[in-house]
Amino acid sequence: MSDRITPSDVSKVASLARLTLTDDELATATTELSAMLDHFAEIDALDLDGVEPMNNPTHLVNVMRDDVVGETLDRDEVLAAAPLAEDDRFRVPPILGLDD
Amino acid sequence: MSEPNDIPKQATLISEGVRYGILSAAQVLDEHLARVDEREGEIHAFNLVLADEARERAAEIDSMVADGLNPGPLAGVPVALKDNMCTRGIPTTCSSKILGDWKPPYDATVVTRLRDAGAVVIGKTNLDEFAMGSSTENSAFGPTKNPHDTSRVPGGSSGGSAAAVAAEFASVSLGSDTGGSIRQPAALCGTVGVKPTYGAVSRLGLIAFGSSLDQIGPFAHTVDDAALTLEVISGHDPADSTSIERPPLELRSKLLMGAAGLRVGRITDLPSGASPDVQARLDEAFEALAAAGAEIVDVECPAFGYGLTAYYLIAPAEASSNLARFDGVRFGSRVTAPDTNQMYMATRTDGFGAEVKRRIMLGTYALSAGYQEAYYGRAQKVRRLIANDFAAAYAKADVLLTPASPTVAFEVGDKASDPLAMYLCDTYTIPSNLSGDPGMSVPFGTGDGGLPVGVQVLAPALEDHTMFRAAAELERYMQTQQEGSIQ
Amino acid sequence: MSAQPLYVNDDDFFPANDEHERWEHRGYEMVVGLEVHVELATQTKLFSASPNRFGDEPNTNIDPVTLGLPGALPVLNRHAVELAMRLGLALNCRVQKSTFARKNYFYPDMPKAYQISQYDEPINADGWLDLPDGFRVGIERGHLEEDTGKSTHVGGAGGRIHGSDYSLIDFNRAGVPLVEIVSRPDIRHPEQAKAYVSELRSILVAVGASDAKMEEGSMRVDANVSVRKPGADFNTRCEIKNVNSVRSVGRAIEYEAKRQIALHEAGEPVIQQTRHWDENDGKTHTLRSKEDADDYRYFLEPDLVVVDPGPEWIERVRAALPPLPAARREVLASMSGQPANSEAVLLVVERDQDAYVLEVGKQSGDVGLALKHVKEAPDLATVVPAGRLATLTTMESNSAVTATQAKTIVESMIAGEHERDPEAIAAALGFEAMESSELESMVDAAIAEQPDAWAKFCAGEGKAMGALVGAVMKASKGQADGKAVTALLNAKKS
Repeated sequence: MSDRITPSDVSKVASLARLTLTDDELATATTELSAMLDHFAEIDALDLDGVEPMNNPTHLVNVMRDDVVGETLDRDEVLAAAPLAEDDRFRVPPILGLDD
Repeated sequence: MSEPNDIPKQATLISEGVRYGILSAAQVLDEHLARVDEREGEIHAFNLVLADEARERAAEIDSMVADGLNPGPLAGVPVALKDNMCTRGIPTTCSSKILGDWKPPYDATVVTRLRDAGAVVIGKTNLDEFAMGSSTENSAFGPTKNPHDTSRVPGGSSGGSAAAVAAEFASVSLGSDTGGSIRQPAALCGTVGVKPTYGAVSRLGLIAFGSSLDQIGPFAHTVDDAALTLEVISGHDPADSTSIERPPLELRSKLLMGAAGLRVGRITDLPSGASPDVQARLDEAFEALAAAGAEIVDVECPAFGYGLTAYYLIAPAEASSNLARFDGVRFGSRVTAPDTNQMYMATRTDGFGAEVKRRIMLGTYALSAGYQEAYYGRAQKVRRLIANDFAAAYAKADVLLTPASPTVAFEVGDKASDPLAMYLCDTYTIPSNLSGDPGMSVPFGTGDGGLPVGVQVLAPALEDHTMFRAAAELERYMQTQQEGSIQ
Repeated sequence: MSAQPLYVNDDDFFPANDEHERWEHRGYEMVVGLEVHVELATQTKLFSASPNRFGDEPNTNIDPVTLGLPGALPVLNRHAVELAMRLGLALNCRVQKSTFARKNYFYPDMPKAYQISQYDEPINADGWLDLPDGFRVGIERGHLEEDTGKSTHVGGAGGRIHGSDYSLIDFNRAGVPLVEIVSRPDIRHPEQAKAYVSELRSILVAVGASDAKMEEGSMRVDANVSVRKPGADFNTRCEIKNVNSVRSVGRAIEYEAKRQIALHEAGEPVIQQTRHWDENDGKTHTLRSKEDADDYRYFLEPDLVVVDPGPEWIERVRAALPPLPAARREVLASMSGQPANSEAVLLVVERDQDAYVLEVGKQSGDVGLALKHVKEAPDLATVVPAGRLATLTTMESNSAVTATQAKTIVESMIAGEHERDPEAIAAALGFEAMESSELESMVDAAIAEQPDAWAKFCAGEGKAMGALVGAVMKASKGQADGKAVTALLNAKKS
């Protein structure tokens, strides 16, 4: 087992992804991710200089729509399906601990 | 299996029967619902059976026929939908807790097209949560079992859709395929399963996993049924920017062309890993096509084997972003917490299963500052190499044959604790998701334990019809074999 | 659409022309770059067909894309691209093949938890904007991106985020098309920053890209500020947010530059951070430190394809561009005889009233007089037909009414009296040109009453004329034409 990824890396990644890990889960995740990254290291040996990255199979260009107003969703229906709503808006707990 | 009866299981036959008034859609539906009642308890193909809605729809179809109207090419055909496709007013769960009882306020394009073609939606099928898995064990609602042997998995992630067709709960079903999620379960369940060319079928309303890889496609009893269904759901959709600006695929007219003159490629440097029983069937498939007049040619795809690595960096990267919207603000479940950031943490930690979290973390890491170039960036270059390999191969061959799955269906729980072993299930299917080319699995006899084996037919982008042509020939061969053995 | 003029929010919208004076404080200069977000004037959102409309009931302009619902897919608004191109061409940018990326971060007003924004390949790159005084500010890029929703903070102290009990989110604004215009760090003076924002706003309005209302948030300015000894290397910068008026732009960067200079002088480090401008206390405050650097994990948006406008589309947009403010100022300057960077010319073009002034001038033959009135009374352009004002300026240049009377008539025309007919108003007010004999006797009386002033005036002391003219104006109750009085005095002197 390599140490391609450390518990502190995994912890940082979990926090970026807004996931909480218990200590056990952190240890397991570190082991699993390390094993995967070990496997993925097979591409380290490939000479990829000058290879154009491929983002998408599509060859389409300039797919656009006209600036014409279409249907909107029913506010009451949407807010009824929201976890919490008030005063025609979506309600969330105080916005703290987030970058603005 | 149920008693033979007068109601056909094939969509082409059902649709014809219903349209000509020989069959009633209600009768067809009842027959299928009866099988659901009988076996769904042990198989668990569905997250939701829409019996009432289906009966209403079947009655509508029948009254259309009675009024002399043509309900469409899928008239009265019972269809099951993977539960990651949005259905207006009907819960759509992705087999995840995080969506709660969310009911989409709109229909996926494929759902609209199926309905417009006269299909009867019978239910929403189980999947690996957010389509992440190869066994349908990663479902928040419990695993689906393989109808051929309920101690075994149906494959995944579209295991519910594959099982629904294999168990004859539905005549056809739709799945989504990001790295093999239609073809691998089709192989394991002994059905036809198609991943069309990227962009051939609209993704609008498909809850995204890996947006540059996802395609919707059919499961069916026959190649012709799959062609019929794909003709209905394919074609340009202006609401999907990656939708190819072409009319629906034309497939059924090519099925009788045979394999004569077709150049069928054998990838000489294909990654090893296929079990001997599967390999034997693949060899037989080459022989069958050669016997039908195809020319077998050797091609090389040196980067094919790196597909798994590229895929398991790219798909999780996209997924980490696609699944960020499940944040407890606008829809789905929320776990109460004193501030918004803690609410995000609690909601997502509680709402996602282990495999989804694993892939979100892997993808987040692959995109994160300092690692993006080494992981996501290099993976995209490998993706290019794979696409280039295919392009070179298709200069020599019209189609390629590979196994669809390295093995027949494995035991439930076999690979559940080893993510990497599970990932290897997709070795042969992943590369065509990366390149965007079509691929399909055709049932081709059985392997160990008498379980189904699927042969994968691959073709270049927009050559779906050529792929179907080869698949139809393999199907004809196998029918002949089976008829021979029955005699 | 109300007839509200654009500049209402700013009392000193146009900076004084003190650009020749360099800004310097304790031997330091400021280095400023501005990032301006503008909402594009489209009918619909950048990636969906919900209306792009300010001031609607909350959460009415929503659709699956706007809310980031599962399964929703973006489709790019062609008109938004075209407006961005117009702006780019007006800013002398290279309009180029471009792509969209995802900027990943969690925030409740960002529905998908990623913003779709142009990153590596913006549609507009490498342009410039010339300020009215000729100073050139480089433009690094002008890229398309989507706006966020709006949060309202409930409870706590005065709607502030800190100490609030909870927040409410309205997604009407989410997905509204924005262009972010990023300047190069070329700005060295608060007045340049203000002039840049003013000129950019004029251009935006001129090309129809945006209504650019800072008070409604359709134009938002962030400032990157650092300080250095002239010629030295760049120092650490801070980003100032919440700068909501042209005046604040000047105040905020001046405050921030002085704050950083004080730190440098005290030998303390300037920490790279985002700071919030507080209009009330006139200071910037730490919003967040960049130390825990954001990791936005940008990658190309797989749900969208490349946008490559190509030469044909670009040329079509370029050919259709209306005259830009700088060119319009030149026209107005040459027609009115005022300098192009005079306050009157700047203001009238900024208000988009130059066409009105030219029309009045065309009818009356005196653009300068029309300019003077419109500069002083902006409502003229919105309520008084050009022909009416032309009549008045003709009366004024024929000395049928005096300048003072003309001003009074302008007020009456704006107020809508006598069907805005200047002749009718003049008659009603009893404004009639004085007979020259009557005026001459008043001049003679003034000379007789102030012999000292007259002697000084004759001796060449120009200043003495004021007392004489003033006396005549007083005697005539303002009806005398100042120019005529001056002419009479001069005639009598020789």
